[in-house]
Amino acid sequence: MEALNLFLDNFADWDSFVRIWPLLWQGFQVTLLLAVVTLPIALVVGLTLAVLYSFHHKWLNVALLVWIDLFRSFPVLVLLILIFYGLPFLGLKLPSFAACVLALTLNNSGYYGEIFRAGIESVPPGQREAARALGLHPLQVIFLVILPQAIARVMAPLASNSLELVKTTSIAALVTLPELLRSARVAQEQTYNPTPLTAAAIIFFVLLWPFARWVAKLERNMILRQR
Amino acid sequence: MNPLLDNFFNAQILAQYFPSILGGFWLTVEVALLTILVGVGTGLGLAIVRAMRWRPADIAITIFVDIFRTLPQLVVIVFIYFGLPYADIQLSPFAATVVALGAVLAAFATEIFWAAIQAVPTGQWDAARSLGLGFFRILFLVILPQAIRIAVPLLTNRAIAITKGTALGTAVSLPELLGRAQSAMAIAANPSPLTLAAALYLLFFLPLVVASRWLEGLGPRRH
Repeated sequence: MEALNLFLDNFADWDSFVRIWPLLWQGFQVTLLLAVVTLPIALVVGLTLAVLYSFHHKWLNVALLVWIDLFRSFPVLVLLILIFYGLPFLGLKLPSFAACVLALTLNNSGYYGEIFRAGIESVPPGQREAARALGLHPLQVIFLVILPQAIARVMAPLASNSLELVKTTSIAALVTLPELLRSARVAQEQTYNPTPLTAAAIIFFVLLWPFARWVAKLERNMILRQR
Repeated sequence: MNPLLDNFFNAQILAQYFPSILGGFWLTVEVALLTILVGVGTGLGLAIVRAMRWRPADIAITIFVDIFRTLPQLVVIVFIYFGLPYADIQLSPFAATVVALGAVLAAFATEIFWAAIQAVPTGQWDAARSLGLGFFRILFLVILPQAIRIAVPLLTNRAIAITKGTALGTAVSLPELLGRAQSAMAIAANPSPLTLAAALYLLFFLPLVVASRWLEGLGPRRH
């Protein structure tokens, strides 16, 4: 019993929590802002790469695959460090928020690009030919005929990657952007106990858990369809 | 002199810090392999336990999976390294990174293996049972060989994505590739070590990323 009390005093101390709540709340808002800004930009860039790929221009496609695989291969933190600590040596100093948006966008343009690309390639070629035969413009073919089918096919990885993007915003803590995790670490230095970390973990969990469940369901259905 | 060459491809600085950064590279490889071993092994084990359909275990596994699938990797690493010491559990940076990434991969692997086991048609269980096989022989000789084939493409993608998290070890001062490069950059006041680290990351992950696309192509076509 005493051990449990000691544990709770450390990891879930109410007084500490009340004291550091304003700091965490600010961090939470920065996390949310970073996610809301980055998610649509990364989606659009990835979609653009995939649509360009769908025109099957030989050299363009080689370049697009190189782009996609390159940014899928770099750990996103390496990109962020390069952008935030490396680029200033070339006279390009980005504020931490912009550096995070850029790093997350480049990284996820690779992931989204590959997901959309695989989806578009999985639509039978007859669809494109039929739509062309009906006299649709190539852009109408891709946006009105191919993409709706493609997106339905890759909904699971699309949702999963979006969740991962929101989770990854926490690396912003490592370039001193005061998002949720960073705020919790700063708060911990004031309270001398891990309550701020527990609180940050719980906030992340409450925020993301419904999406994680949804993504898991989509992925499970995708696997079950293979039987 | 060209500022791009001088800052990012400075031969003298590259040569000076190469041994230290290569050491970091091997540590990264070590952490990555251990993470995959721990994560996939634990995931397979937990999926097998789920297949036994024992309710208390089921609930415990679901809680474990949901927590580690939902929390950001960095939050898990930071919590284990900076939080757990208050509960008298002090892990080294190396152990904290492997345990954190291993737990996250285990959560995803459990989900994937369990779904793959369920994807094997139930007729297989019935047929094997009618041949007189017991639960474990059915599971290990009949179901798992088919399930693992279904699981491989998704599992590979997930394992690669989580292994890239080894770079997060820098946050708990693990002297892996990125960490070494960053301290070299600070000492030399030149980001060339970072270029070298980026090249080594590519060397390690690019073949895996290309291979995973090829693996996915082998899966069933869904036209």
